[in-house]
Amino acid sequence: MEHIEADILILGAGGAGLRAAIAAAEAAPGLSIALVSKVYPMRSHTVAAEGGSAGVLKDTDSLQAHFDDTVSGGDWLCEQDVVEFFVEHCTPEMIQLEHWGCPWSRKPDGDIAVRRFGGMKIARTWFAADRTGFHILHTLFQTAMKYPSIKRLDEFFCTDLLVDDGRAQGAVLLSLSTGEFTAVTARAVIIATGGAGRVYPQNTNGGIVTGDGMALAFRHGVPLRDLEFMQYHPTCMPGSGVLFTEGARGEGGFLRNKDGYRYLQDYGLGPALPEPRNKFMELGPRDRLSQAFWHEERKGRTVETPHGAAVLLDLTHLGRDKIIERLPQIYDLAKDYMGVDAAEQPIPVRPAVHYTMGGILVDGRTAAPLPGLYAAGECSSVGIHGANRLGSNSLAELSVFGRVAGEQAAAFAQGSSNGDTGRLLDQARAAESRALALLNRQGKGERHTALRDEMTAAMERGCGIYRLGDETQQTCDTLADLKKRYADVTLDDHNRVWNTDWTTAIELGFQLDVAEAIAYSALDRKESRGAHQRLDGYENRDDERYLAHSLAHYRDGAAPEITYAPVTITKSTPGQRAYGEAGVKLEEAKHKHD
Amino acid sequence: MTERADKTIELRVLRYNPEADEKPHHQSFTVPYTSDMSVLQGLQWIKDTVDGSLTYRWSCRMAICGSCGMMINAEPKLACHTLLRDLAPGPVTVEPLNHFPIERDLVVTVDDFVKKIESVTPWLIPKHPKPVSEGPYNQTPAQLAAYENFSACINCMLCYAACPQYGENPKFIGPAAMAILQRYDGDSRDGGSALRIDAVHGEDGVWGCTAVGACSDVCPKAVDPMHAVNQNKMNTALDYFLRFLKKRDAK
Repeated sequence: MEHIEADILILGAGGAGLRAAIAAAEAAPGLSIALVSKVYPMRSHTVAAEGGSAGVLKDTDSLQAHFDDTVSGGDWLCEQDVVEFFVEHCTPEMIQLEHWGCPWSRKPDGDIAVRRFGGMKIARTWFAADRTGFHILHTLFQTAMKYPSIKRLDEFFCTDLLVDDGRAQGAVLLSLSTGEFTAVTARAVIIATGGAGRVYPQNTNGGIVTGDGMALAFRHGVPLRDLEFMQYHPTCMPGSGVLFTEGARGEGGFLRNKDGYRYLQDYGLGPALPEPRNKFMELGPRDRLSQAFWHEERKGRTVETPHGAAVLLDLTHLGRDKIIERLPQIYDLAKDYMGVDAAEQPIPVRPAVHYTMGGILVDGRTAAPLPGLYAAGECSSVGIHGANRLGSNSLAELSVFGRVAGEQAAAFAQGSSNGDTGRLLDQARAAESRALALLNRQGKGERHTALRDEMTAAMERGCGIYRLGDETQQTCDTLADLKKRYADVTLDDHNRVWNTDWTTAIELGFQLDVAEAIAYSALDRKESRGAHQRLDGYENRDDERYLAHSLAHYRDGAAPEITYAPVTITKSTPGQRAYGEAGVKLEEAKHKHD
Repeated sequence: MTERADKTIELRVLRYNPEADEKPHHQSFTVPYTSDMSVLQGLQWIKDTVDGSLTYRWSCRMAICGSCGMMINAEPKLACHTLLRDLAPGPVTVEPLNHFPIERDLVVTVDDFVKKIESVTPWLIPKHPKPVSEGPYNQTPAQLAAYENFSACINCMLCYAACPQYGENPKFIGPAAMAILQRYDGDSRDGGSALRIDAVHGEDGVWGCTAVGACSDVCPKAVDPMHAVNQNKMNTALDYFLRFLKKRDAK
């Protein structure tokens, strides 16, 4: 087996991984950095983020306002000290990206333009048309080429972490192009592998978003925090789930039901004003909008498409020029895939799974409880999203905390000694044997793709926009059954070179572990908060029992154990979450009280 | 309410397994499809239900990650962005991108392409360096528009598969790398064009282009690399002329 020695190992080269690599290279130019990705970095799913990235910019805005929106948007399940750090660092990070060339959209005078986004009180979303993630990713990918200490390992698939002496010290990689294994040993390891949205059938995520890093950390004893909070994005393409950015509503788009009625006014988000207003109607938070769709469907007020019910995203009043300038990708997606000219007709849309708000437990500076291990971006739970992430906080998150992870890992690597290479390589060979056992398993077992379809259907049923305890329990049971059957799957492909049948099967193993953590966390949280909404007697938020983070702990051969940990509250005591006119009244009352 | 896949179409897919095959061959699959299914979804149906060994790259499904470039009926296309209904009644040939070595089935070697991007110094070299604390640079919408198109390249490599010059001379820098170079050279914040001019000069640089324009025709993002090549021809001609003047002045 090939062995690469590095000082820092980064798994995942999307926005967070690239930002971490650059930060580590700048903080400690003498350290060698192995940057691993199962795809070429520019294919990473950051590429698909559309709308923008938050950072306080306007004179009328404040860090306090960004903090308040984030914490109330998260239904008070946020780590408030971490949110304070986050909002302070968003804008400098956006400027840093600007200095590296990110083509941010501009005002006529050449200053940065910001757009409105859901749940944000003031426009503070920096954007590059509606391809913000694409531009951030390519800017970071190309900028990373500047640093000779960053050694990329493109199209290397991680099958396991190397953990010895109570420290994370490397990983085992499968080269896709050769099918051979490589062990990378390092003194610090950063996981930046993205979310797990592909455990659901309809989602906005690329095929690679399979929770690999989450499962790897989980299996090595690191808890997964707040995984029951899966974000449904309210405006996605029926069938494929491809995303239509919230920026479409930030620019003034309306959501209508089959009668042309702006139905969100019936769900505590009104009144329906002709002009977009922050935190009103279409600019409410994602959890509320997705839940409103669910009710509209049951009231029979949705339109039918070949892929089920939908509501209508109406941009026609914006005019063709504005749509093409501000939302070019949305315009093309609607035209090319659905045959809809968004300047002439509304676009049928529905909610689909978009973002994994929980993840690998880390502290406010990205350190996991396992020494030497750091995590940043969607795979991590640093604590800023709580029970519902606000749109445009995730691109900001991967910038802010990607950088922190790089700097922290560099400091850790500098302060620690090399591990026992012999023992680490023994572990690596054992991991290789496990992966090869799957490759070489003979007989006519089940196909992993059939198991995947059962898993995604079960997740949608038991861990969807609304949850019922008995249905969630059924999902848990289905997942346990699938895990048993997974042990006997056989592959069609027994070759070594570019065997994606094999890697997809390994990914399914990761997905089943993460899916179980989601389902058991959802089953155990007997309240409704943010994106976790129950309809079986637990319809209300219960701060007394559940103002707490869930922690899912891996148990080999058994269901995960769920425990709870306190939430850090610094300056915002849990209050009522209100939007639209109700939100304004609540704010006025609060100010009178102050 | 899901639309039933009651129509079928034949996909003739190029197969090559280096561990078993002496040379590539075609294999036909009859694929049921609905009106909104892409070629990628056709391939996924084959892989999931008929033959798990079929090998191709994919991820985003929305024409932005650039993974799934392939030759579809002999034209370079993104498989996720090409709908089966537009190719009916078929058959449809699906082959790896032209001009790149095949690793397996529809997967080609990307390394040389990425090295070409690396060779153009693809990062911003500020004309007026300043710390983050001094805020963003000013850039008017017109200054943004001068390079914005070139910054939209998704690195899908379709333009290399279409480029006759790259087919003849794999050392040719090629269209996308030129677009990326021009993306930085044309950026009002950048002052690094002198560092990039060497990538433009010479036999394998911009003058290798024979101005066929196939690159711009096949670009799924309207990047227009041909235009970038032309701008660089102008720049390098000017650079050559200025060097000539400098030499003459030195004398």
